[in-house]
Amino acid sequence: MYVAVKGGEKAIRNAHALFDEKRRGDVSVPEITTEQIKQQLSFSVDRVMSEGSLYDFDLSALAIKQARGDLIEAIFLVRASRTTLARFGSSKPFDTSHMRVERRISATYKDIPGGQILGATFDYQHRLLDFSLEEQKLQDETSVETRDDVGLDADMPRVLDILNNEGLVEQASLEMNEDTPPSDLTRSPLEFPADRSLRLQNLARADEGFLLALGYSTQRGYARNHGFAGEIRIGSVAVEFAPEELGFPIEIGEMIVSECEMINQFKGSKSAPPQFTRGYGLAFGQVERKVMSMALVDRALRADELGEEKTAPAQDEEFVLSHSDNVKATGFVEHLKLPHYVDFQAELELVRKMRAKQRVMKEAAE
Amino acid sequence: MTQNILGADIRSRQHWMAILAKAMWDNLEQMWKSFPISCPYTLLRKPETGLVMVEGRTGGTGAPFNLGETTVTRCTVSLQSGEVGHAYVMGRNHQHAEIAAICDALMQSKHHNKTAREIIEPLERLAQKGNAKQAAKAAATKVDFFTVVRGEDE
Repeated sequence: MYVAVKGGEKAIRNAHALFDEKRRGDVSVPEITTEQIKQQLSFSVDRVMSEGSLYDFDLSALAIKQARGDLIEAIFLVRASRTTLARFGSSKPFDTSHMRVERRISATYKDIPGGQILGATFDYQHRLLDFSLEEQKLQDETSVETRDDVGLDADMPRVLDILNNEGLVEQASLEMNEDTPPSDLTRSPLEFPADRSLRLQNLARADEGFLLALGYSTQRGYARNHGFAGEIRIGSVAVEFAPEELGFPIEIGEMIVSECEMINQFKGSKSAPPQFTRGYGLAFGQVERKVMSMALVDRALRADELGEEKTAPAQDEEFVLSHSDNVKATGFVEHLKLPHYVDFQAELELVRKMRAKQRVMKEAAE
Repeated sequence: MTQNILGADIRSRQHWMAILAKAMWDNLEQMWKSFPISCPYTLLRKPETGLVMVEGRTGGTGAPFNLGETTVTRCTVSLQSGEVGHAYVMGRNHQHAEIAAICDALMQSKHHNKTAREIIEPLERLAQKGNAKQAAKAAATKVDFFTVVRGEDE
């Protein structure tokens, strides 16, 4: 139990001032701007947007600056900022088939209609430190090659549709119902069993590290579902919203999202033939590792639905969904450093009493 | 007035509202500054920032789920001639929403052609150019992998 403490205002004020000074660092070095963070630390910005569950580059960059680069603290700040704003409503669900892709790859088919587009990626880099980045340089944009002759399909075919045509993979979702709004954990607390929409919402804002570890565990045998990256896409989708006063939907902007469709072998059940099943990952920004992990975990969490034996942490929805949120997790873990003096005094008394009792019993026995 | 709009009119209004919402702020600002018509208007709803919950679909095409929220700024204006313009624009730029709402009203007014020619069409061209440039860069990373027969298979 945490019992409130009083006093210490001056020390706390000074600690915050000291924090601000540390944030600024050596004043002879130019101060970093939020625009620089937005432009040049875009993976950090994207992670904060995705786990902060708020698509806003500027707020994300500001939060990163304020938190001195501590991304979980920045996510916390973004979540807090979100609560100050009213919600106008929900968008129309977007279909990623219409994504304007910047990157699109499949690990299952070499020759996919629309082609494999690497985009801006870490993949195939040597992971050697590039010391030339220590120097500032003016990069001329023309150094990036362009190809106008190749052309990208506006609506790239989905890789899983290829398998779907043969009936070898399950449909995208069996529980399709446009009239029931999807579950929303920002409006009502988590309840179990959770439906897939609630699970996906939870995973989309879940901590990347937590999902990565769980996804990894499924690969190492803790859930027995060997995944293939059927398709990974990164690109822009239009967001549509239908304001009441207009009565028809309008596009209110575009957002960059990452998507991963994992396919997993399924030996079939009484009602379903042997086929491939799907796990899905989708999140704000360019967060490829996150959506790959998310897709593995989404698939593992479908154990009940697919009649699989549940043996692994990644299949336990209560465990996964209750511990995936890093704002909640950090709140509970970090509250341990706040004053627990009264609480601890009571514990201390208890241990002393127990020891005294044990001593008496020992003496009596001797 | 907007109540009487026919299907085709709704589609063209959706089209210009989308262009206004998706415009880069710098471009919109520049075009608005050089727009020759002065159009007195009243703010029916001051620019206001809120949230829209964005929905994705399971497996990309299946049942909807809540992906997360985005900031959105909305604004409603009316011109002296009576046309009402609305704007909903992702982000928190109040000026963007206000100008987009005025342009939406202008597009319904007698200034339709001029607004289309000097704001909507140039914005659309810029967007297309930007998208094409991005696509051309992505296209240069299109890859052909070859599968190679491994020695042990021989």
